[in-house]
Amino acid sequence: MSYLDLLKLAAPEAIVTLTALVVLVIGVTTSRGTAVAGVSPAMPRRAAAGTAASTAFCTLVAALGLVIAIEAILMLPAHANLFHGMLVTSPLNSLFQILCLVLAFFTILLASRETPNYGEYLAIILLATIGLLLLVSSEELLMIFIGLELTGLSLYLMTAFDKTDIRSAEAGLKYFLFGSTASAFTLFGLSFIYGMAGTTSLAAIAEGLAAQSLSPLLFAGIVMTLVGFAFKIAAAPFHLWAPDAYQGAPVSSAAFIASGSKVASFVVLGKIVLIGFGPVHGSADWHAMVAGWSPVLAVLAAFSILIGNLVALVQTNLRRLLAYSAVAHAGYTLLGIIAGGREGFSATLFYTTIYSFTLVGAFGVVALVRRETGGDDLQDFAGLSARSPLLAGCMAVFMLSLAGLPPLAGFFGKFYLFSAAFRAGANHGLLWLVALALFGSLISLYYYLIVLKVIFQTQGAETRSHSILAQNGLSRLTIVFAAAVVLFLGIAPQFLVARILDALP
Amino acid sequence: MIAWTIYITFAGAVFLLFLPRAFSRWLALITTIATFAISLATFFCRDLDLAHFNTVVRVPWVPALGMNYHLAVDGISLTLVLVTSITAVSSVLFSWDVANDQRPNEFFFWLLLVVAGSFGVFLSADLFLLFVFYELVIVPKYFLIAIWGSTNKEYGAMKLTLYSFFGGALVFIGIIAAYVSADSLDLNELVQFRFSPQLQSWAFPILFVGFAVLAGIWPLHTWAPTGHVAAPTAGSMLLAGIVMKLGAYGGLRVAMNLFPQGFQMWSNWIAILAVIGIVYAAAVALRQRDLKFVIGYSSVSHMGFVLLGLATANVLGVSGAVLQMFSHGVIGALLFAVAGRMIYRRTHTRDLDELSLMELNRMLPFAAFVFVIASAASMGIPGFSGFAAEITILIGAWKTFPIAVWITGVGMVLVAAFTLRALKKSFFEGESAIPSGDVKELAVSPPLMTSPAERPIHLEPISVPEKLGASFLIFATVAIGIYPKFLLDRIQPAVEAMRFLKTGG
Repeated sequence: MSYLDLLKLAAPEAIVTLTALVVLVIGVTTSRGTAVAGVSPAMPRRAAAGTAASTAFCTLVAALGLVIAIEAILMLPAHANLFHGMLVTSPLNSLFQILCLVLAFFTILLASRETPNYGEYLAIILLATIGLLLLVSSEELLMIFIGLELTGLSLYLMTAFDKTDIRSAEAGLKYFLFGSTASAFTLFGLSFIYGMAGTTSLAAIAEGLAAQSLSPLLFAGIVMTLVGFAFKIAAAPFHLWAPDAYQGAPVSSAAFIASGSKVASFVVLGKIVLIGFGPVHGSADWHAMVAGWSPVLAVLAAFSILIGNLVALVQTNLRRLLAYSAVAHAGYTLLGIIAGGREGFSATLFYTTIYSFTLVGAFGVVALVRRETGGDDLQDFAGLSARSPLLAGCMAVFMLSLAGLPPLAGFFGKFYLFSAAFRAGANHGLLWLVALALFGSLISLYYYLIVLKVIFQTQGAETRSHSILAQNGLSRLTIVFAAAVVLFLGIAPQFLVARILDALP
Repeated sequence: MIAWTIYITFAGAVFLLFLPRAFSRWLALITTIATFAISLATFFCRDLDLAHFNTVVRVPWVPALGMNYHLAVDGISLTLVLVTSITAVSSVLFSWDVANDQRPNEFFFWLLLVVAGSFGVFLSADLFLLFVFYELVIVPKYFLIAIWGSTNKEYGAMKLTLYSFFGGALVFIGIIAAYVSADSLDLNELVQFRFSPQLQSWAFPILFVGFAVLAGIWPLHTWAPTGHVAAPTAGSMLLAGIVMKLGAYGGLRVAMNLFPQGFQMWSNWIAILAVIGIVYAAAVALRQRDLKFVIGYSSVSHMGFVLLGLATANVLGVSGAVLQMFSHGVIGALLFAVAGRMIYRRTHTRDLDELSLMELNRMLPFAAFVFVIASAASMGIPGFSGFAAEITILIGAWKTFPIAVWITGVGMVLVAAFTLRALKKSFFEGESAIPSGDVKELAVSPPLMTSPAERPIHLEPISVPEKLGASFLIFATVAIGIYPKFLLDRIQPAVEAMRFLKTGG
């Protein structure tokens, strides 16, 4: 176990770190220059041109770094394990590392070029990405916690990054307070687990726990650990930060919180409970509940589905609506983990993947409309189909996929999740959760259709400037690509399912 | 070859989005005529065994979950494909007036999607595929109604969509139950599988009711009248002609065929609901003032016959039910075409009392002629397809539920009553007409009796596409009315091959 091995296996993380530093340096040096230039009114045009050049350069460097990191992941050996699971390379980890990098790539493309201190913003995105990479690739509690914190702290900053908007500051503060409390719980819970099992490696924990019965202390440890993850995935009743963060944060930050952070959290949550806590699975079957982590998750899922969908019904701001629908979707996604097993976990992974693409695209549309109309309330979207048929069509793809309608990926994802959950319990014991989730989908169709109704039916009487929707080629490309992914994975889900199933042991 | 109906329609829908507006209706017409030609040609194809559900296409789709792209055809599905294409052609003809400023491309795009999805449902031999197509039809209906509809369109559209989706959720549970128990999604394999009676006892009603929501089963029929009324003419025609058949077909093909024991347990209840539906809807139709509501309730009443036929579980009853699906598809479409396109588009009212002042029989003689024929067909006058279908159902029902036949007889009298009332009030009750003996009706009508001479009504004459569409539908109903053997010869063997039949039935 030489340091050379470490350097080789941690190459993706190292590359992203390096990129972050480079981008930071470029950003800091050029932004100082422009600040000075901005003071002297003699050459504002050159200053503006300089800023544009530097932002373009930052974007290019960051994107290039991410692409190289993806290359590095592809060159990793298929299986490797460093320091008892601190850094694990496996097909599954590599797959989701790549996914996190791709989502970070999209986030960077969506980020508004007018963000002040653009270079620093990109650097923070990259730092958060390193956290995600660590989260996904580690099977050891301490590393997982470090990954969680690195991601969390970067995301707090990203949320509060818009200094001109008071809601951004509010969102950042709320996110930070909730997040740090949840982290404290998680750390406390992890210390209990460590106390009971005597190790921090997931596989060893499973062996340690198999030997003992579910003591109250262990149960307390499990519940507290899960609280932290429930916060990360915005499951009710730990979702309270989500609406404010989704609404107040810069749109690209919100997109990253909703996509990258969520994917990584689900991957690691699945690993912790299915590998680490495997022996104390318990049972969430109707009338036959057995204490363990699965009833805890089942209760979280049930609350999330109900609260998320019901509260989303009355939202008039699209970003808040997406936040509450995210709560509901966290509930659906948990179903797969509760079902457990290879099929359940792969259903969860499939769903969270397509969900993240859907939300990146949806937030991309929100970002463009916000730039055009200055708001993201539902009425700002009125008549979007007349102003930009392309964006309206993409938005329809995203909303209908979230509602779970064919031929979009959300439909297959739900089918996969629910059939896994249905199959899991003895004598269809999870039917109650499946029925609840279907009921939730029924409710959700209403508010997604309201969004589409506003977009398609209302013909915007006043024609605003078309230019903003027509510009931003990069953002439009990202949105179209996300829509294409959602459509493609709906028609050919085999493409992703087979990869996930191959990667799962 | 029959599979091309699906591909052509989808391709037509996609092409529509890229064509100039002027061509949209022509492309839609060509597409639908092509599908009609294909389905009719398949009828005369000698070397096709229509007695069994024979595979047409079978390609692996998601091997990991046992999903195949699997299409098959037998006499039942071919009959329904035929009626779908007939309704599609005529609904395009009757929406020839969708003007260029009313987004005709989008209109025909959604319309063709409904048609394509319906073809898919009728031809699917894979449970998942069938469900994909089934759900695919939901959203286009919403847009058709919410954008191009009339009275209370947003309410009607949303109600219809949520009802459909609710039915879909029930179907979903039933499908997953079958899938998880038998570990297969292939309909032909599932039919061989012996599901446990306990599973059948709860899965059958869930599945059947889920499908029957779309077939307008009482008391879940309320979406149908509001939806029909709110929809544009073509939308109503599709709803009555195709969408309601999807539900009945699903109940027959999936619910009854997979769970025969469950069906036997519940067939009495289905018959009761069907009879209530026939009588109740007819009674309600008798009191409606809106012409489209009258026809909407008549649809529910006619679909009650289909459900009654299915509940009999003998060859005659079920074949009659399939024939009734065809017949109601044609007649319902014709009635809505007269009410929505010929009358409402010209007079801008559907209120029977207002229409009765207009002497429409003189203003629109062709419309009067068509409506008389449609009414006669709807009442079940011999010589039209409605008679052939209903008499077959009633003979079948006589063997199983003699009492139901008596009650249905009352229902048929009511059908005749409300049809004649609507006919008289809308066309043949001008100023000169002798007031009928029915004092009540006169009391209801408001005292805004301006004589037709005072009202400067100018109604544009019936256009050529309307005449073509109406003649096409009339030809279909008369042809099948005179020679029902054409369809029955192909339906009956297919029904006999199904396994839910009561022995000796």
